[in-house]
Amino acid sequence: MNERAPLPAVSTYREAVRAAIREALQREPRAFVMGEDVGRYGGCYAVTKGLLDEFGPERIRDTPLSESGFVGAGVGAAMGGMRPIVEVMTCNFSLLCLDQIMNNAATLRHMSGGQFSVPIVIRMATGAGRQLAAQHSHSLEGWYAHIPGIRVLAPATLEDARGMLWTALTDPDPVLIFENIMLYNMSGTLDIAAGAVDIDHAAVRRPGRDVSLITYGGSLAKTMEAAGNLAQGGIEAEVIDLRTLRPLDDTTIMGSVGKTRRAVIIDEGWRSGSISAEIATRIMEQAFWSLDAPVVRVCTEEVPIPYPKHLEDAALPSRDKIEATVHRVVGR
Amino acid sequence: MTVPSEIKPHLTREHSIALYRDMLRIRRFEEKCAELYTQEKIRGFLHLYIGEEAIATGVMQALTPNDAIIATYREHGHALARGVAMNAVMAEMYGKQEGSSRGRGGSMHIFDAPTHFYGGNAIVGGGLPLASGLALAFKMQNQPHVSVCFFGEGAAAEGEFHETLNLAALWRLPVLFVCENNLYAMGTALQISESETDIHLKAKAYRMPSESVDGMDVVAVEAAARRSLSEIRNGGGPAFLECRTYRFRAHSMFDAQLYRTKEEVEGWKQRDPIKRFGDWLRHSGIAHDADFELLEREVAAEVGASVLFAEAGTWEPVSDLLRDVMTPRAAT
Repeated sequence: MNERAPLPAVSTYREAVRAAIREALQREPRAFVMGEDVGRYGGCYAVTKGLLDEFGPERIRDTPLSESGFVGAGVGAAMGGMRPIVEVMTCNFSLLCLDQIMNNAATLRHMSGGQFSVPIVIRMATGAGRQLAAQHSHSLEGWYAHIPGIRVLAPATLEDARGMLWTALTDPDPVLIFENIMLYNMSGTLDIAAGAVDIDHAAVRRPGRDVSLITYGGSLAKTMEAAGNLAQGGIEAEVIDLRTLRPLDDTTIMGSVGKTRRAVIIDEGWRSGSISAEIATRIMEQAFWSLDAPVVRVCTEEVPIPYPKHLEDAALPSRDKIEATVHRVVGR
Repeated sequence: MTVPSEIKPHLTREHSIALYRDMLRIRRFEEKCAELYTQEKIRGFLHLYIGEEAIATGVMQALTPNDAIIATYREHGHALARGVAMNAVMAEMYGKQEGSSRGRGGSMHIFDAPTHFYGGNAIVGGGLPLASGLALAFKMQNQPHVSVCFFGEGAAAEGEFHETLNLAALWRLPVLFVCENNLYAMGTALQISESETDIHLKAKAYRMPSESVDGMDVVAVEAAARRSLSEIRNGGGPAFLECRTYRFRAHSMFDAQLYRTKEEVEGWKQRDPIKRFGDWLRHSGIAHDADFELLEREVAAEVGASVLFAEAGTWEPVSDLLRDVMTPRAAT
C-alpha cells in the first residue's frame, strides 16, 4: 500500500519524474533532494518545481555551485543513514564531481570490505538537441556504465521516468539516472496507478523478426519511428530499450539477436569506446554464430556538439540514419 | 551534551599514561610496519604518521563512541587511537582477510564500522565532502553526533576543501575539521603552494571558529579539540583546528626526501611529541622509569602479537574476487 499524489492520465516525462520524486519523499522519510537550483528556481529543467513549497527547505535543498562538495555530501549522508536524491544539472557538470562518484560512491563498499554501502541516487540531465553547444549537450552515461560499483539507468518512457526512481531509492548501492533533455516535454498517457518498475531488465518495445535495434534513453523514440517506417517497407525491426546500462541485460539482447540474426545499435554517445562498442563486443562474444551480418552502429559523430541547429542535427543519430543503416544491414 | 568539566583535559595519572600509551602504540606499530615493508610483507604505498601522533591521540580523547571519523591515507594512527583493533589493522596491512577491510583496502583504506571509522581516503581532499554528508545525516536525523575529518594542509589547495567548508558553515553542520599541517604536500612545501600559509585563516573566511594549535603537544591538541567539539555539540556549526606538526619519515617508502634538509628534520625531531610528553610526565612525577619500561613492554607485546596474527591470517580465495562490488541481491 502506498499513498500517491493523483496523476493526470496525460503526463509529460517531466511530470512523471516529479511525481516519482514526490512519491519518494512521501513514502521514505529519510529521502531528501539536493542540488543546484532545485528549490526556489524549481530545477534547471523544472523537474522539481513546486516541491519546495510542498516539502520545505530541509528536504528540498538548494546547494552552492559545488558539485563535488554536494555530491560527496550526498555520499556521506547516504552512509550516515539518509536516502539522498542528488540532482546534477547536466552530465557535463558531473565531471566536477566525478571524483566523488567514482572514487567514493562506487568504491566505498568494496574498499571497506562490505562494511559500508552508499544508497544514493544521482539524477542528471543528458543529451543534445536544444542548441546548448559543447558544454551542455553531451551523453556521458556510457562512461559511467564503465564503472563497477554503480548502477546506471536511462529511462526512455513515461512509465520508466515514473517508476525507476523508487526502485533506485530502495537499492542499497549508488544508482545514477540519466534523463535525456529532449524527453522532458514528451507527453503521453500514464496510468494513474503507475508505480515502481524493475531496473534489472531491458524491454522489447516492438517485436520484430528481421533486425534488432538496440537503444536507450533519448534515442528510443527516434528508433521506434524508424521501425514504424521500416515496417511499411516490409522490414520488421525488433526494438530493444536497454533501460539499464549497467549492468547490461545480456539475456534480452542475445535473445533478440539470436532470433533476428542482425543487430543495429543506436547510441547518442560518441562511437569510440562507447556503450554501443560494449554491446557489439558482447554480441560477438555470445551470439557470433547466430549472426547473418556484421553488427553496426548509429552513434553521435566524433565532434563536440556544435551550436548551429543543422550541425547539431547532423552530429546526432536520426531517424533517417537509423533507417538507412537498417536497409544496408538487411540488404533491402 | 558536553558538560563544562569535559571541556578541559584532566591530566590524572591514568589519563596521562593513556595519552602516552596511545602515542607509543602508534609509533611502535609503524616502526614495525616500516621493517615489514622492507621485508616485503607489506606492499603498495605505506605512509607513516611518525611525528604526528599527538594529533590523532589528542583529538580522539574528545569524541564519543558514536562520532564518525574520516581520515586520510596516512591513517594507521587514527585507526589505532580510535580503537580499531591493532590485529585487524596489521592484518589489513598484509592484505589478509582478517584485516579491518577484509584485506581489500590495505594501508590506505582502513575501515571499521563498529568504531564509526569511515576510512582512510587516498584522494587528497576527497574525504571532506563525506564528512559534511555524515554530519548532514546526523543533523537531519536529530542525532547528537559529530563527524571529524582529518586531512593534510595539501588538501587546502583542493576545491573540495573550499566547497565543503562553505557548505558545512552555510548549513551549520556538526563537523570538526582537523588540518594536520606537516608543511609538505608530498614534496611540495607549503610556501610554494599556498598564497596564504596560515591555513586556519582560510576557515575563518567561511565564518567558522578556527584556531591553530601546536600539533606536537598532545595536551594542547586535546584541549583544543574539546573546546571546538563543545561548541559544535552546542549547535554552533562546524569548527576548524589547524595542528602544526611534522612528519619525521619520508612521505611514503619511495621518497628520497630531496625537498627538505636533514637539519630541518632534526630540528623538528627535538620536538618529538612522545619524548616531550614523556619528559613532562617524568619531571612532574606522574610517571617513572618503571612505568615507561612497562609501557614499552606492553606495547611491544601488542605489536608482536599483531604481527603473529597477520602472519597467521589467510588469503581471501580468488573465487571471492567480485565480492562486495555491489550489495548481494536476490535474483530477479
